[in-house]
Amino acid sequence: MTQDETLIRLSEVRMEGVGKRYGAAWVVKDVSISIRPGEFYTLLGPSGCGKTTLLRMLAGFAQPDEGRIFVDDEPIDSVPPWKRNLGMVFQHYALWPHMSVFENVAFGLRERRVSGAELDSKVKAALQQVGLEGFEPRRPSQLSGGQQQRVALARTLIVQPRLLLLDEPLSNLDAQLRSQMRLELARLHRDVGITTLYVTHDQAEALSLSTRIAVLSEGALVQEGRPEEIYWKPRNAFVAEFVGAANLVPVSVIELREMGVVVQTTGGARLPVSSGGHAWSVGDRALLCLRPEALRVEEAERSAGGIPGTIAAHVFEGSRQLYDVTIPGGTIKVEMITSALVGRSFKLGDQVRVEVSPETSVLLPDEGSTA
Amino acid sequence: MIRRPSAESALVWSLLLLLGAGIVCPLLQVLSVAVMVDGRPTAAPLLAFFARPLFREAFVNTLASGVLAVALGSLIAVPLALSTVRYSFPGRGLLTTLGLLPLVIPPFVGAVAFQQILGRSGTVNLFLLERFGVTVPFMEGLWGVIMVQTLHYFPFIWLNTAAALSALDRSLEEAAENLGSSGFRLFRRVLLPLSLPGYAAGALLTFIRVIDDLGTPLMLNYTTLLAPQAYMRVTTVGLTDVDGYVICAVLVALSLSALWISKGLLGRGEFTAVGRSGETPARVLGAGGALAVWAIAILLLGPALLPHVGIVLLSVSKVWSLSPLPSVYTLGNYDEILFRVPHFIWNTLRYAFLAAALDVGLGAVIARLLLRGRTRGRQWLDAIATMPLAVPGVVLAVGYLRVFHGWSVPGLGAPLTSTWLILVIVYAVRRLPYTVRGAYAALQLQPVSLEEAAQNLGAGRARAFLKVTLPLMGRGLLAGGLLAFVSSAVDLSSTILLVPHVELGPLSYGIYLYMQSAVGRGPGAALGVVAIALVAAGTWRATRLAHGGAGLFRA
Ligand SMILES: Nc1ncnc2c1ncn2[C@@H]1O[C@H](COP(=O)(O)OP(=O)(O)O)[C@@H](O)[C@H]1O
Ligand SMILES: [Mg+2]
Repeated sequence: MTQDETLIRLSEVRMEGVGKRYGAAWVVKDVSISIRPGEFYTLLGPSGCGKTTLLRMLAGFAQPDEGRIFVDDEPIDSVPPWKRNLGMVFQHYALWPHMSVFENVAFGLRERRVSGAELDSKVKAALQQVGLEGFEPRRPSQLSGGQQQRVALARTLIVQPRLLLLDEPLSNLDAQLRSQMRLELARLHRDVGITTLYVTHDQAEALSLSTRIAVLSEGALVQEGRPEEIYWKPRNAFVAEFVGAANLVPVSVIELREMGVVVQTTGGARLPVSSGGHAWSVGDRALLCLRPEALRVEEAERSAGGIPGTIAAHVFEGSRQLYDVTIPGGTIKVEMITSALVGRSFKLGDQVRVEVSPETSVLLPDEGSTA
Repeated sequence: MIRRPSAESALVWSLLLLLGAGIVCPLLQVLSVAVMVDGRPTAAPLLAFFARPLFREAFVNTLASGVLAVALGSLIAVPLALSTVRYSFPGRGLLTTLGLLPLVIPPFVGAVAFQQILGRSGTVNLFLLERFGVTVPFMEGLWGVIMVQTLHYFPFIWLNTAAALSALDRSLEEAAENLGSSGFRLFRRVLLPLSLPGYAAGALLTFIRVIDDLGTPLMLNYTTLLAPQAYMRVTTVGLTDVDGYVICAVLVALSLSALWISKGLLGRGEFTAVGRSGETPARVLGAGGALAVWAIAILLLGPALLPHVGIVLLSVSKVWSLSPLPSVYTLGNYDEILFRVPHFIWNTLRYAFLAAALDVGLGAVIARLLLRGRTRGRQWLDAIATMPLAVPGVVLAVGYLRVFHGWSVPGLGAPLTSTWLILVIVYAVRRLPYTVRGAYAALQLQPVSLEEAAQNLGAGRARAFLKVTLPLMGRGLLAGGLLAFVSSAVDLSSTILLVPHVELGPLSYGIYLYMQSAVGRGPGAALGVVAIALVAAGTWRATRLAHGGAGLFRA
């Protein structure tokens, strides 16, 4: 990309209290988000949580029943899809089987009355950008999944849309291709600089690609933030479990301190942790969210802190050691890098302590038992 | 997005208006005359109808012809369907193709040919008389009509049953075998119930076509049936005669009851859609088995192919009377119909093409509205557009005469019923279900996102439809259009009532006229051969377009 092109004004999106209903069921509930210019913004959530519906409302294929959507500060409710210029890459690509790759990619430009040599050169450049030079005469049915994906991208990018909307673009690819396309998407976003809204149910994709992530559950926005925030500071148990593996240990608050709180496990272990942005009072029941890779297993006699338990399972994976530690009221998964504990490993039945650091543990409301 | 409902509902309502005028209004007109007197409902005309012995007999005959044609047709079709689907033997493909041949000969053309071969002084009887001194009255009276209709329409049952059988999931049958079922029990408990919907579809279509068939009885000069009675009332007594309308109402009632009964069978569900694991493999037959199948096939199918031979012979004969085979051959008949009076063929091509083109356009738009639209009232569109399947052609024609004979076309200055437009309209209306169904099936397979992707890239709704959706519906739509074309080209039921005058008559009308006189039989047969060629070519292309599409031949 040349200097000029990156100076094109980047678009932004604002959704205000958007809701959508099918029949009596609200599949999107009161979603307010704002996507900043040039961002790679991801809607993350399990299948059926309303991600596609949100994307389709932005693209104009569904009407919100509540709330409004603004693109560059202009409401778009009354703009038909074909006047929105929001480039969408469909989940199953939606390449037109009766057109060649060239005609597929040229479609948007033809709609914009571009023809002749200009059309040819632009299509060529677009295909080059996704690494598909020379594929012009093929039919979509003659392409692999990854190639179809690229054609769909080229077809959308060629019209220089204000936004790039991607609906689970990698979900139809095999694992290897998926990680390759992930890198390419990141490169494309860097090169083109276009504001991107990405939809996925895969937390690894979301964490690795996004500048910010919105986690959705049952149509509602649960948490919005940078990938690190989402991962290390989940707001509730749903986010903690959905974004990466998490141990959720039931605890109760026994003491409030300036910098955080002290909690007690069912087995009586006391741990100082940060408050995680919630207002706690003594006696509250809570869940302590512990990421497996942020924990260490120590011999029981050696240390005093942590949570005491017994080794219930041990897997040696070469670079990592995986432990299941049974504690009163549950099991904790621990994941340790092998080099950090040269020569030291535990056997089944060993009495151990699980070391917890206050910075990497988050205290979450126990939605199951407290109102 | 905001504007969508209003633009769409305008379209839906104008289509409803159009189809209402073309289908509902004429139908209601006919029915209202039959059940209303002075604006009050009454059963008097109906009672009068059943009080007359002639009409009672015609009613019983019509019902009998429909039921017997289905029953006899099933005797031919079901064994053929079972053997072509379940067994593999040399010439299986050929046999399946031969099965389409009876359909390509319009029934009234077939009637003439049968007359020539099996009639009182036809080939077979002359031969029998010469050798044994006896004749067999194959073609006399009602039985002649039923035989011709059976031999023409049984492929509907064959094709639909075969389609249902071959769509059966292999695992269903294997599961039954695995549980110890085999042979006839397997057939009765698994295959029969599962192929019933397909069979019912074919039987229904046969029944409706048979009771609506006007050409065959007229050609065979047996008129104690409802359709010819209606025709004769309207043409001899006139449009004011109530009996004509009552007959039409009774025909509609028969059609609807058949539809209702077969829906009962179909209503148990089209079972074939549940997760398939492959077609049932055909059992390979040994030489003896293959020979047996072919022997049965020739026995069952042979008579149905007689008229093809008969009509071709008749078309090149100058003199063929009181002799087993023509005594003098000529090409003069073709000279007559191709060069001296070419307007029959020309009119047919023109009307059928226009009707099919209308149907393709309407079918595509209606299918899209049904599957992707949002306006309320769409269901009505569906119901009305498929109505012509159950409305006999005679009835619709009578309705048109009543509704439109006083109505002048703006700019033409003549009543609609005295222009050829009326023929195009009635053809288009009667065959609309073909294209709606073809387009609907094709569109159902098409993800919505294909159209949305076009809109997303800047194409408005109409352009996205034209550039993406329509071309992708192409095959199904075209197949439906071709069938609309060929069946319009050989329609006689509505044509015969609606042709304003001879010069505007299409091919089917020409055949009917020619066949009225002995000298006209040669040219009439030549027109018949043209009709067969048209239908054969169209049907062949249509089945290829729709991938073997037995689904094309459904009601
Ligand atoms: N056209 C529709 N009619 C009725 N329900 C729908 C429709 N589209 C989506 N839904 C429902 O809305 C919910 C959210 O769907 P979707 O947005 O596709 O989820 P996601 O993309 O997150 O998997 C689902 O429960 C789905 O069944
Ligand atoms: Mg989705």
